[in-house]
Amino acid sequence: MQIARVIGDVVVTRKDENLTGLKLLIIQPLTPEREPAGRTLVAVDAVGAGVGEEVFFVRGKEASFPFYPVEAPVDAGIVGIVDHWNLG
Amino acid sequence: MQIARVIGTVVSTQKHGKFEGAKLLLVQPITPDDKPRGTALLAIDGVGAGVHEKVLIVLEGRAAGEALGRKAAPVDAAIVGIIDHVEVDGDF
Repeated sequence: MQIARVIGDVVVTRKDENLTGLKLLIIQPLTPEREPAGRTLVAVDAVGAGVGEEVFFVRGKEASFPFYPVEAPVDAGIVGIVDHWNLG
Repeated sequence: MQIARVIGTVVSTQKHGKFEGAKLLLVQPITPDDKPRGTALLAIDGVGAGVHEKVLIVLEGRAAGEALGRKAAPVDAAIVGIIDHVEVDGDF
């Protein structure tokens, strides 16, 4: 899992039926120092995140677990909104 | 599995239900000789690790879910051990 900032959303009309009703957001992974870390990607939202928020997301098939038993064809999913983090 | 160092803690109120009660830590993967490798990531803590400790992490969903003790949890990384020490052959 990684921290990211939500920087946009994606509207897709024609799509796999198992994506119906799912919110797709563009996220920029961040380092703990809030610098961009790598490329932006599209992630499915499982927690009601919005643009500008700092979130954490999961990669892989696990991104579809919040939508079980629907087998959503996704490989990245937002699973939490970060209140804050502390570096030791 | 990989070696990592715990570098911070994360607080999240609004999160998926399977995370309820789980401790989230920021970990920085490191090489066997203690240099940072790649980007820091979030891992579920399954063993009671703390900041600054060197830990063993799994980076695969099913294993991470088992560390959390919950099936079908949307997680992909978990701390499964606290490392006492690492020994590397000098030629490696």
